[in-house]
Amino acid sequence: MVTATQSLRPQAGAGAFWRRLVNGDEVARLVTLAFASTVLLIVAVLVFELFRGSAVARHRFGWAFFVTQNWDPVAEQFGALPFIYGTVVTSAVALLIAVPLSLGAAVFLAELAPQRISDACTFLIELLAAVPSVIYGLMAIFTLVPLLRDYVQPFLGKTLGFLPFFQGPSFGAGYLAAGLILAVMICPFIISISREALFGVPREQREAALALGATQWESTWQVVIPHARLGIIGSVFLALARALGETIAVTMVIGNDPSIRASLFAPGYTIAAVLANEFTEATGELYLDSLVELGLVLFLLTMVINALAQLLVVLTSRRGSAHP
Amino acid sequence: MSSSSDSELTVGKPHERPRSHAGAGVRLAAAPPKMRSVNLNFYYGAFQALHDISLDFHTNRITALIGPSGCGKSTFLRTLNRIHETVRHTRVEGRILLDSEDIFQVETTTLRRRIGMVFQKSNPFPKSIADNVAYGPRVNGVRRKTDVEEVVERSLRRAALWEEVKDKLRESAYALSGGQQQRLCIARALAVDPEVLLLDEPCSALDPIATAKIEDLLFDLKDQCTIVIVTHNMQQAARVADYTGFFLLGRLVEFNTTEVIFKTPARKETEDYITGRFG
Repeated sequence: MVTATQSLRPQAGAGAFWRRLVNGDEVARLVTLAFASTVLLIVAVLVFELFRGSAVARHRFGWAFFVTQNWDPVAEQFGALPFIYGTVVTSAVALLIAVPLSLGAAVFLAELAPQRISDACTFLIELLAAVPSVIYGLMAIFTLVPLLRDYVQPFLGKTLGFLPFFQGPSFGAGYLAAGLILAVMICPFIISISREALFGVPREQREAALALGATQWESTWQVVIPHARLGIIGSVFLALARALGETIAVTMVIGNDPSIRASLFAPGYTIAAVLANEFTEATGELYLDSLVELGLVLFLLTMVINALAQLLVVLTSRRGSAHP
Repeated sequence: MSSSSDSELTVGKPHERPRSHAGAGVRLAAAPPKMRSVNLNFYYGAFQALHDISLDFHTNRITALIGPSGCGKSTFLRTLNRIHETVRHTRVEGRILLDSEDIFQVETTTLRRRIGMVFQKSNPFPKSIADNVAYGPRVNGVRRKTDVEEVVERSLRRAALWEEVKDKLRESAYALSGGQQQRLCIARALAVDPEVLLLDEPCSALDPIATAKIEDLLFDLKDQCTIVIVTHNMQQAARVADYTGFFLLGRLVEFNTTEVIFKTPARKETEDYITGRFG
């Protein structure tokens, strides 16, 4: 090996390059490099186009675009805040519901269920991830929204109505419906990836805890889950990215009202939903550019949240970690 | 691993101590057994891994279990604290007694508090050194900070690790060397004051110096607990153990004082294995 590379080096030049090309190493390097660069190129083009396409809106509104609530195409007044708010709130509701649910399911599937049941369940759960989002949207319209409107929201209003989140009339469609359907949609991701992360914890770790007189629950909660936490956090943020960008299912049940309300019962709007709804009818240049700038905002929002996720991982794994 | 190179390594070891086995047999036999296995059979599904193992572990003595890979010595060790129950489709017949109490009638958490275990691969938790040692006391209800600190120091001292780590108790256990990690695992096991300490090939991944430290440690520890060590290093068994059991194909071929096993084994299989003719 050493002698081979040494003998190649002096002949560096067209001849050696050609030989390596024929050998396949250089071909493989160039082809994979091209593929890797393509991904970066796409990201760069995306940002550039979003930035360029939103020029008129950026010049007209400046930073105020991010903090004003007014979205009035007739008066040509555009503010992104209701959409940012709706996007963040629906995703937060989705995570609040989906994370405990999925983590519980993953722990059961990885730690407690017999192998065959675990595999069968996981297969079904991964099928859920493959269902088109428009199907989830239809399901939400025909079952979730009536259910929320007629039973869940009146009940929540009666019992937890003192909280600002559960006040106002029950429309069915709104932040809560969108958050719930998002929760259903992201569960498969969290369950499937967390289960793999839990399976990846060495059995010696479990046995070490059990051998000290820990119960199975103590071993799972204090040793296995902390050991798998990087994978679990990763799954949550993958799910979050999906929730932030989900379009059709949310558009179908969010209520499409560009206003900011504390109550989860109220209708709202998300960035992805307004893009899908209004892009075809955006006539004026300012209107169109404002929508493109919303796209840029969504892109940046996703980037910032992913960066925060990375930071969180770095911070939590600094002390006492298996991954120094 | 060739046994000749092993014996070369042991020549002139710095930890020579008076560990005479001569004349010990009579005195040792007088001690009552701490643990006792009676006609133990072990099954993985339909496969029988252990056949009728009957064997006494004497109080405050070191018992070594030797034999070729796959002979069932580790399986046997893992039934002694019932950690085998974490593996599905295993079944045990027969009895194991701890102070004449059937261990299969005791709650596993209680049992494992009394019978500590150290594993082949050092397996510290991804926590700090102090938290690793404190884990056992904490799950067993020690909460007060001063109590925890005290037990951490005492356990690390008992595992001869205190001097090396006392200034970095808050650092990750993964920053330690392999031998230190294994001694940390011993300290962690000692922190719950076990009556019996099981060690499953604790030195198989360690260099000779780290191995010597652990062997020294075991020798010091046997005043405080009864030790069972599985090893496929026969020199190690000869160095540390008072008693040795030889396993072959799931059966206990021979069990006696280490001196007898290594000098005048009764069975031909034992002699063949000891002298390196197979295994």
